[in-house]
Amino acid sequence: MIRHWRTFFVVSIILVSAGCARKPGPASVLKPSGFGAALVESSGGKQIGATGIVLAQPLVVQVNDEQGTAVTGALVEFSGPVGVSFDPPSGLTDSSGQLSTNVALGSMAGRYQLTAHTLTKAQKSVELKIEEIALGYQEQVGYQLDNKYCARCHDPESTSERVSNYDNLEVKPHPFTEGDTLNKMSDAELTAIISHGGPALNKSALMPPYGYTLSKTEIEALISYIRLISDPPYHASGMVYAQK
Amino acid sequence: MKTALSSLWQTLFGHPVSAFGVVSLVLLISLAIAPAKNYFSEWRHYQKQYLALVRSRGEAVTLQRHFHDGIQQIWLPGLGVVDRCTTCHAGLKEASLADANLPQPFRRHPVIPHTLDQFGCVMCHRGQGPATTVEQAHSSTEAWEQPTLPARYVQSSCGQCHRSPLTGTPQLNLGRNLLGRYGCVHCHTIKLPDGSAIKPTDDPPSLEHIADKTTREWIYAWLKDPQAYAVTATMPNFKLSDPDARDISAFLIASSTPIPGDTAPASPSKEKDQKAPDPTAGASLYGESFCASCHAVQNAAGNVVGGDVGPELTRIGNKVKPEWLRAWLRNPRVYDSGTAMPHYRFTDPQLSLLTAFLGNKTDSDLLANVHLDAATPEQITHGKLLVTEYGCASCHEVSGIKKPDNFAPELTRIGSKPLTQIIFLPGMTHAIPDYIAAKIRQPRSFGAALKMPQFSLAPAQIDALTTALLALTDRAHDLPLALTVPAKPPSNYEPAGKAGQLMADMACFTCHAINGRGGDMAPDLTWEGSSVQRQWLQAFLKNPGTLRPALIRRMPRFNLSDDDAKELTDYIMTVYQTPAFDRDSMPSSGYPPAQVEQGKQLFYSKYACQGCHIIDTKVDKGYVGPTLTQVGSRLNAAWIYHWLKDPQTMRPGTIEPNRNMNDEDARALTTFLMTLKSSSKQEAKK
Repeated sequence: MIRHWRTFFVVSIILVSAGCARKPGPASVLKPSGFGAALVESSGGKQIGATGIVLAQPLVVQVNDEQGTAVTGALVEFSGPVGVSFDPPSGLTDSSGQLSTNVALGSMAGRYQLTAHTLTKAQKSVELKIEEIALGYQEQVGYQLDNKYCARCHDPESTSERVSNYDNLEVKPHPFTEGDTLNKMSDAELTAIISHGGPALNKSALMPPYGYTLSKTEIEALISYIRLISDPPYHASGMVYAQK
Repeated sequence: MKTALSSLWQTLFGHPVSAFGVVSLVLLISLAIAPAKNYFSEWRHYQKQYLALVRSRGEAVTLQRHFHDGIQQIWLPGLGVVDRCTTCHAGLKEASLADANLPQPFRRHPVIPHTLDQFGCVMCHRGQGPATTVEQAHSSTEAWEQPTLPARYVQSSCGQCHRSPLTGTPQLNLGRNLLGRYGCVHCHTIKLPDGSAIKPTDDPPSLEHIADKTTREWIYAWLKDPQAYAVTATMPNFKLSDPDARDISAFLIASSTPIPGDTAPASPSKEKDQKAPDPTAGASLYGESFCASCHAVQNAAGNVVGGDVGPELTRIGNKVKPEWLRAWLRNPRVYDSGTAMPHYRFTDPQLSLLTAFLGNKTDSDLLANVHLDAATPEQITHGKLLVTEYGCASCHEVSGIKKPDNFAPELTRIGSKPLTQIIFLPGMTHAIPDYIAAKIRQPRSFGAALKMPQFSLAPAQIDALTTALLALTDRAHDLPLALTVPAKPPSNYEPAGKAGQLMADMACFTCHAINGRGGDMAPDLTWEGSSVQRQWLQAFLKNPGTLRPALIRRMPRFNLSDDDAKELTDYIMTVYQTPAFDRDSMPSSGYPPAQVEQGKQLFYSKYACQGCHIIDTKVDKGYVGPTLTQVGSRLNAAWIYHWLKDPQTMRPGTIEPNRNMNDEDARALTTFLMTLKSSSKQEAKK
C-alpha cells in the first residue's frame, strides 16, 4: 500500500512538473541572439485610440547597444495594465533592431502606460515607458468634434490634409493638451467659452461661440475629451476621495 | 416475518430513537442547503464587497441609499431583455464611481447616449442576461452560446439599430465603408433589415476589353501579387500557382474584344513636341490638373501621397499601353462609360505631355521575370475554367462568363450564426468574433482549397470589418421598426438634359454632392444657384480659381467651351435653388455707407471673422474658410444674409458656427461683404 502511494507521488510530481514546464508562453521559447543597452521608441507612442480597439499605428521600439547601433535578435517583451493586449506580446528585433507590435487598449477610457522591456548582456533589465490614450464613447465624440471644428486653430500641427491656422492668429489659442492652462479652468468655464465664445471669459473674440452649433451633450463630450488628453493629466477637484 | 423486518431495520439503522435522530439531522441539513447556497452565492459576495467599498468613500450615504439588496433585474418585454447584471455591477449609474482604479464590477458605466433602464445590458454587451453567476453571465456555457462581446467590437452593438454613420462609432463606420470598398459584398450578399442590400463601392473595372489596355505579362504579375504593383490595391491575392496565373491571363487576353477609339497613336505633331521637350512640363500639368486629388503615388520614402478615389499610379507605366493611356486621357468615357474620372478635354500637346509623364512611372523589376510563351488553346480553356471557379465575374465583367449569384455564403445574419455550424481551428476561442476575424485575416487557414482570397488589410481594418459584420445579428433584423434609426435612403438623382450629360461627362458627382447623391470631397451644390452670381459661376467653370488657399484638393480646369460653360451655368442657376428665400430679394449694391461701415466694424470686432476669413490679403490671415476678397462678385446678397443667420441650414455640416446673429447685424455684414467686389476692391477699402 505504501509503495503504491510512493509510485503515485512520484508520478504526480512528474506530471505536475511537466504541466508547469509547458506553462510559460512563447517568450521563453525565443532565444535572444543579441543584447542591447538601450531601448528607444521608434514610432507608435502617444497615440489616441479607443477603448478596446487596436491602435491605428503599431508600436515600434528599437534596441541599441552602447554605441547607439541597432541590435538584431534582442528579446523585447511588452506589458501593460489590465485589459491591454499586444500582438505579439514579445519578440526578437529584426535586422534594423526594431520590433513592432499591435496594441489594443483596455476597456476603460483613460491613459495607459505601457512598458517595453529588454535585457542587457549582463542580464540587467532595461525598460521603456510608452503612453497611449484610450477614448471612451463620450471622449470619442469629443475627439471627432475637435477634429471638425476646433483643431484648425487649436492644433498647431499642420498636415497636408488640414493646414493649421494657429500660426496666423494674433492671439494664440491654447492647444488642448496644454494642461497647465486648461486644467485650471473649471468645466463651467470651459462650457462658457465654448458656448459663448472668448468674450464670455474676457478673452479674444477670435474664439467664436459654438452654443448655437453644438448641443449641450456635444459640448460635454468635447470637454471630456479635452480633460482626457491634457498634459499634465487633469484631476477633477470634486472627485478625489480618501482611499482606505 | 415482522421480526425479520424489524431485525433488518435494527441492523441497518440501529435503535429507532437514534435512527430518528439521524434522519432528522439529515433532513435539517438538507433543508439548510438552499438558504446556505443563497447566502454564500457569488452575487451576495459582490454586493458585500460593494457595500464595504462604498463605506470608505465620501458620498457613502448617497451611495448606500441608491443600493438595493438582493437580485436586481432590468426587464424590457418589448426587447426580450431580462438582465440581472446590475445585481453585481451595482455602481453602474453612480457618477462618483468613475475613477479608473476602481475594480470591476463596481465602476460606473462610461457615458453613452442611452440609459440602462432603456436598453438593459445584453443589447450591447451580449452574454446571458438572466444568469446570476459570473461564469454563466459572461462566458459561453452549454446552455448559452453567446459570451459577452470583447470591448474591441462593442461598437457593433450600436450598428444593430443605427444604420447610418454615428459620430461616436468610427470603427463601425469604417467597417461598413470597407465592406463596400473592398468589394466583400460582390460575393457575399448582405441584406439589411429594410430589405435593401449593401452595395459595393469599389467599381472593379470590366475585363471585356482588357487587351486594349494592358499586356498579358502585366495581368500575370498583377494576379500573382496585386500589392507588388500598387500597395494600396484593394484587389485580393488569390495565391495562384504560376500555371494558373498564366492560364487566366491567357484567357482574359483571348476573350477580350476591342472598342473602337479606345486607343490612340501619338499625334502626328509629335516631332514638334519633341523639339522643345520640357521634362518638368508633364509634372506641372499633372499638378495643375489636380490629378493627385484622386490618384496617389508612392514617393521615395514609401509614403503613399494623394487621393484614393482612383487607382494608385506609382507604376502605371508598367500597366497601360501608351496608345490606350492617350485615348483614356482624351476621353475616359469611350472605354468606360461609368468611370469616376472626368473628361478633361486636353489638347493634343497636353495629351502627349501627360502620356509621356505617366508612361515614365515604371518599376523595372515588376515585369523583369515574367516571360510567357504564346497561349495554347488548352491554356485558354483552363483559364476560363479557373475564372469561373474563382468567381472573378462576381466583381469584374468578363466576356463569356455570367456574373454568378450568391457566389459566397450570405452574411445577412452572420453575427448570430450558431456556433454548432462553425468549424473552428484548433486552439481558437469558440466565439463568433474570433471566427470572423480569423476568417478575414487568413481565409485559407481554414482549408487550402477554399476560394476566398487573401486581402491585405491592417489589423485595425480587420477589427473594423469584424465589428461591422457582428452588427448583423438576429436582433438587428427582428427589432421593432420604431426602435431602429434607418439610414438615409440612397439618392438616384440624375440631372436632366444637356447639362446633365455635361455633368456626367465631367463626373461632377465624384467630388460634389447634389440632392443627396455624390462625393464629399468638394462642397454640396444642391443650392448653388441661390448661392452664387451667374457671371462668377460661368467664369469659374471656365477657369476655376482658388477659394480656399490652404486646400490641397481643388477643382481642376476642364477646358470647357464657352457654350458648355453657359449651358451648365444656366442649368445650375435655374435648377439648384433653395425654396427658403428669393435669390434676388436683396440688391447686390447701393447700400448706405453708414451701414457698410457698421458691417466692417462687426466683421473685425464683434464677430472677429478675420480669424477664419481673409478680406484684405495684406492684413488678414484666416485660412480656414474661403477667401472673401471678392465675395461681393461671387455670392448673392440674400444668400450671405441667410447664411450668416444660420449656416447649417444652408449647408448641413458646414463648420462655420451659428452666431445667432440678429437681423440688423446680419444685414450690415451682408452690406459690407457685398462691397468687396473684384473690380471695385480699392473703393471698398476706402
